[in-house]
Amino acid sequence: MALQPEAQPLVTSQAAVSATKSKGRWAGPDSAIGRQQERLGWMLVVPSVLIVLLVAVYPLIRTFYLSFTNERLGSVRPTRWVGWDNYTRLFDDSLFRHSMINTIEFTVISVAIETVLGMVVALVIHSEFKGRGMVRTAILVPWAVPTVVSALLWQWMFNDFFGVINSILIRLHLMSASHPKSWTADPSTALGAVVAVDVWKTIPFMALLLLAGLQVIPSDVYEAARVDGASKWYQFWTITLPLVRPALLVALIFRTLDAFRIFDLIYVMMKYSPATMSIAVYTQQQIGNQRIGFGSAPAVIIFLCVGFLAFIYTRLIKVEEV
Amino acid sequence: MRQHGYVPNAVNELMREVAEGRLSRRDLLRRGAALGLSASLMGTMLDVQGAGAQGTPSPAGAQPVGYSIVVPKGLRTDLKGKQVTFVGSSEGPGVPFEEAALKKFMDATGIQVKRISGAESTTDRLRFYLQIFSSQASDIDACMIDVIWPGVMEPHAVDLADVLKAENADFFKRIVENNTSGGMLIGVPWYTDAGILYYRTDLLQKYGFSNPPTTWDELETQAKKIIAGEKASDPTFTGFVWQGAAYEGLTCDGLEWQYSNGGGTIVDQDAKVTVDNDQAIAAFDRAKGWVNTISPQGVTAYQEEDARGVWQGGKSAFMRNWPYAYSLGQAKDSLILNKFDVTGLPKGSGEGASSAACLGGWQLMVSKYSKSQDAAKELVKYLASPELQKAYAIERSLLPTISTVYNDADVIAANPYYKKLLPIFQGGAVARPSTACKDLYPDVSTAYFTALNQIITGQAGDTKSAVKDLASKIQDILQDL
Repeated sequence: MALQPEAQPLVTSQAAVSATKSKGRWAGPDSAIGRQQERLGWMLVVPSVLIVLLVAVYPLIRTFYLSFTNERLGSVRPTRWVGWDNYTRLFDDSLFRHSMINTIEFTVISVAIETVLGMVVALVIHSEFKGRGMVRTAILVPWAVPTVVSALLWQWMFNDFFGVINSILIRLHLMSASHPKSWTADPSTALGAVVAVDVWKTIPFMALLLLAGLQVIPSDVYEAARVDGASKWYQFWTITLPLVRPALLVALIFRTLDAFRIFDLIYVMMKYSPATMSIAVYTQQQIGNQRIGFGSAPAVIIFLCVGFLAFIYTRLIKVEEV
Repeated sequence: MRQHGYVPNAVNELMREVAEGRLSRRDLLRRGAALGLSASLMGTMLDVQGAGAQGTPSPAGAQPVGYSIVVPKGLRTDLKGKQVTFVGSSEGPGVPFEEAALKKFMDATGIQVKRISGAESTTDRLRFYLQIFSSQASDIDACMIDVIWPGVMEPHAVDLADVLKAENADFFKRIVENNTSGGMLIGVPWYTDAGILYYRTDLLQKYGFSNPPTTWDELETQAKKIIAGEKASDPTFTGFVWQGAAYEGLTCDGLEWQYSNGGGTIVDQDAKVTVDNDQAIAAFDRAKGWVNTISPQGVTAYQEEDARGVWQGGKSAFMRNWPYAYSLGQAKDSLILNKFDVTGLPKGSGEGASSAACLGGWQLMVSKYSKSQDAAKELVKYLASPELQKAYAIERSLLPTISTVYNDADVIAANPYYKKLLPIFQGGAVARPSTACKDLYPDVSTAYFTALNQIITGQAGDTKSAVKDLASKIQDILQDL
């Protein structure tokens, strides 16, 4: 597959499209039926376009606009245009820079672990074994638990005095009972604790998406490989992975974008602890302090980062499709 | 959940049974879970249950709710038929009492009061107020405001100096000063709060200390000795718990360390940044040294209830907390029942060191956009009167803002520890710089508690430069003032 010249199919498909157009096999926009159909099409589309404009585009533009003002909720200070002031202040703020690093660390580490473990789980539940249906259902449980609930649950498990994790470590003599570790308060383990909860929660999601990808791979490919004497490991690298790639990319888009916007888990587990603050938590804190204008600036940053990531991923998928 | 009318009723019913002590802990948890109540709400209810079981006058027990309310004389009766909307306490055991108090007011004056429960979270409550006030809506006539809000509320409030004068009572000066912004009295002091030191009398005696610590050094010495002894039987025993999480509570604790060490305040009355000084830095370094020695490592993520959990579990020799933890610690099933006492927080060393207690509590305000300001003022006058403060102290254990109420025999009988707190409230209470910083206070406080949390968790590296950064950051925030 890698040996095929990549430009070839591109040219063919473009040629095919122009060929169809020039032959005019379908009713063009000039014909009466065509115009009628076009009108109908617009009529069908207009409501959804309006809704998107109202609930997505307008708030977005408004957020961009607010990020250039000094608007404060309930203040008598006149709201004025402050230009890039909010953004220079934002990048001057060490807490924001720190939350940016936290967010990137969290995204990279959690998505990487989730992908690898998700793949392992997907391969396991894809294989034939007794009680597979039940295992597939059971594996979804962490995903089904609301994030706030799982955050509180883990917060208790991580508790230094009453938590089950420390209790086990102490019983195994891996930790001294007189100095129990506070996983969430110690800045060196706090982000790791959040990643652990996110991984626990999200592996099922990742596994499910990858399982869907695995199921469309025809089994005769594997049979052929087996006949040729390819090892399981070799089959995985040369058949499974390349063929599951589209599904993997879709799963990665979902997870990366979600991880980058992480709010609920960190907010419930860690509140405003600077050791784990994400950009979304930072934004919420600023807006909570009535700084509508300034707080819109980090919101815009999240939007731009997520937009950029989405762009990269969709490009990757497009290349894949070609 | 809120759409179904029967659920709030069921919750109210549950609350009532809890307050009356008619419900066992297990029944409460079972029925609460069936109603889908949050864990924190049920926790609060359990606390209430504990307090109720202790034998403090329970709302609907032997006495009817509001039995101690005496309607003050001199209320206006010429405002009959006026409508007032009051945003009061959040949903909880305080509501029936507040409703009883308002009913007596309505009967006495003929003014119609509509009570709304405020949000439990103070941040949510502030956002709610500001959303209404920023649109200049008259939906709220009177409301209760946090001690740190006078600066934020200044543009939306009516001057209540005449109400305070009409009360003709000995209100705590510090609070009146705190509530005065832009030459106006933004809120009439309603009930107060201050940081205090809880200590285990039994342990101090056991290890040969005749008095609670008066300086931080003494506290450290006593804590170390007690920990060393207690660890033998309880390895998780710790010395001193407080509030170290990055939230408003750390601003309170931090300000107490700073002020008690002669390090002044965060910002002075003229909004000049004063936090960057050697004594403040030394105070923060001292607190940093507690973590993982006399305090557990987890203390840097503790809020009030986390600290109280460790303390009331009998696992700490000292605690810094608000007075609410007293009656809970004296509940019948408490592990530390009759084994502890309270005193003022210790002071530091160096010039100007003195005991400090961060000022908390709630005030009553009247909205500028109210269409019946006279009636709203009358309601504030009624609720903040010595008579009502006495009733709130007896039935709700809230701390009065009038000195003379602390000497009332009925109040002392209900809350014997109040007498000890009076000097703390009168003298040492230190206010957060909310009035000087006006509506920028939340930003200043956020910068302060974030920096302190980074210092005590060791993320900041060198404390001196961290405090310097903090000072310039606050300076930058206050530029907008």
